Amino acid sequence: MPSGYFAYLHDLLKQRSGLLVTPDKMYLLETRLMPVARKHGYRNLQELVDAMVAVPDEPLTVEVCEAMNTHESLFFRDQAPFEMFQETILPELLKRRAAQRRIRIWCAACATGQEPYSLAMILEQEVKRLEGWKVEIIATDISHSVLERAKEAVFSQFEVQRGLPMQYLVEHFKQEGEYWRLSRAIRDRVRFRPFNLLDDPRPLGRFDVVMCRNVLIYFDMETKTRVLHAISGAMAEDGVLFLGSSESTIGITEDFWPVEAGRGVYKRTDTPPSVAEQMN
Amino acid sequence: MKTCLIVDDSKVIRMVAKKILQDLEFETQEAADGQEALDACKASMPEAVLLDWNMPVMSGIDYLRELRTLPGGDKPVVVFCTTENDIEHIQEAIEAGANEYIMKPFDSEIIQAKFTQVGLL
Repeated sequence: MPSGYFAYLHDLLKQRSGLLVTPDKMYLLETRLMPVARKHGYRNLQELVDAMVAVPDEPLTVEVCEAMNTHESLFFRDQAPFEMFQETILPELLKRRAAQRRIRIWCAACATGQEPYSLAMILEQEVKRLEGWKVEIIATDISHSVLERAKEAVFSQFEVQRGLPMQYLVEHFKQEGEYWRLSRAIRDRVRFRPFNLLDDPRPLGRFDVVMCRNVLIYFDMETKTRVLHAISGAMAEDGVLFLGSSESTIGITEDFWPVEAGRGVYKRTDTPPSVAEQMN
Repeated sequence: MKTCLIVDDSKVIRMVAKKILQDLEFETQEAADGQEALDACKASMPEAVLLDWNMPVMSGIDYLRELRTLPGGDKPVVVFCTTENDIEHIQEAIEAGANEYIMKPFDSEIIQAKFTQVGLL
C-alpha cells in the first residue's frame, strides 16, 4: 500500500462524494488526477497531496473531487450491444430507411465519449455500405466539463485498453506521449451537446437508436419513469433503446417492451417489429 | 478448465499474472523465455498465451512467429503483455499473429477485459 497520499485521497473522496476508492483502483487516481496535478505544477500525486495538506485550498479540492466524479465509461462496453448494432440493427436500418437514407443515433449520457466513439468506429468500418447515407450520432451529457473531455478525444493508456480492440487502436488513434488521441475522421462522426435528461428531448429530433446505458441507476423510481417516457417520445416507432446490461424497464414503465431479455434491448410498446428484429 | 501459458522473464510479473488468471479460472503454466514457451507448446498446446516481448534467449515476437508455424500453433489465443507501448510494436504484433495486446502496467480489469474481447471468457 503506497504511503500517505492514497489514504488522504481515499478519505477525501469518501467524505465529499461518497466515492469509494479501493487500493486496486489506484490507477484511477493516477489517470484522473495526474492532469490536475500537472496543471498546478506538481510532478506527481504525492506532491499534489502534500500541497493540499500544507495549505488547504478549497478550489483545488473541488477540482480534485470533480475529476474523480466522472461516470465510468468504456469502449464497446459489454460488447454484445455493439455486436447487435453492427450485425442486426444497422443492416435492418439500411433496408428500412432506404428511401430517406438517414439514420439517427442518440447516446443519452455519453460521459467522456467512449460509447458514441465506439459506434462511430463501427460506422467507419461499414463506410462502403453507408455511401450516400447520412448517419448522425448525437451524444449528450449534463456535464459541460465532461463534454469538453469527450470532444478532446484524448484517452489514457488505461482507458484505451478497456474494451477497445487493438485493431481499432492502431487504425484510429495516434499516440501523444502517454496519451492516445482519436482520429479526426472518427471524431467528426459525433456531435456533442449538453443535455439534461430531465428536460424534453424532442428538440433533439427523432432517433432510430437510443443508448441510455448505466445512467438510470442514479435516478429514483419516479424520475426513471419520467425519463423513459420522454425517451420513447423521441424515438422512431420501430426504434430501439439500449439500457445497461443490469438495467430494466420492468415495473418502471409500460412505454417499453424487451426485445431480448438480459441484453438490455427494448422497443416501444405496441409498435411494429423494431429494427432489432427481422421483418417477416 | 482452460489453460494459459504465462511467458515472462520476471518472476514477479508471472506471479501477479498467475493470481489474476487463476481467479478467472484458468489453469496456468509458466515459461521464462520464448524458447521455454515454445518447448511447452510442443509438448501441449495451451488455449491462451500471455506473452512478454523482451526476454533473454528468445523474444516474445520470435516465439510467436515460431508458434504460428507449428502444427496446431494457430489455435492458441495470444495476448501480448509488454512495456512496449507504441503503435509500431502493436502493428508488428498483429502481423505476427497476436490476437490482442496489453500495455504494461496492467491490472486484473484489463486482463479480464482483453480476455473477454478475444472470447476466452
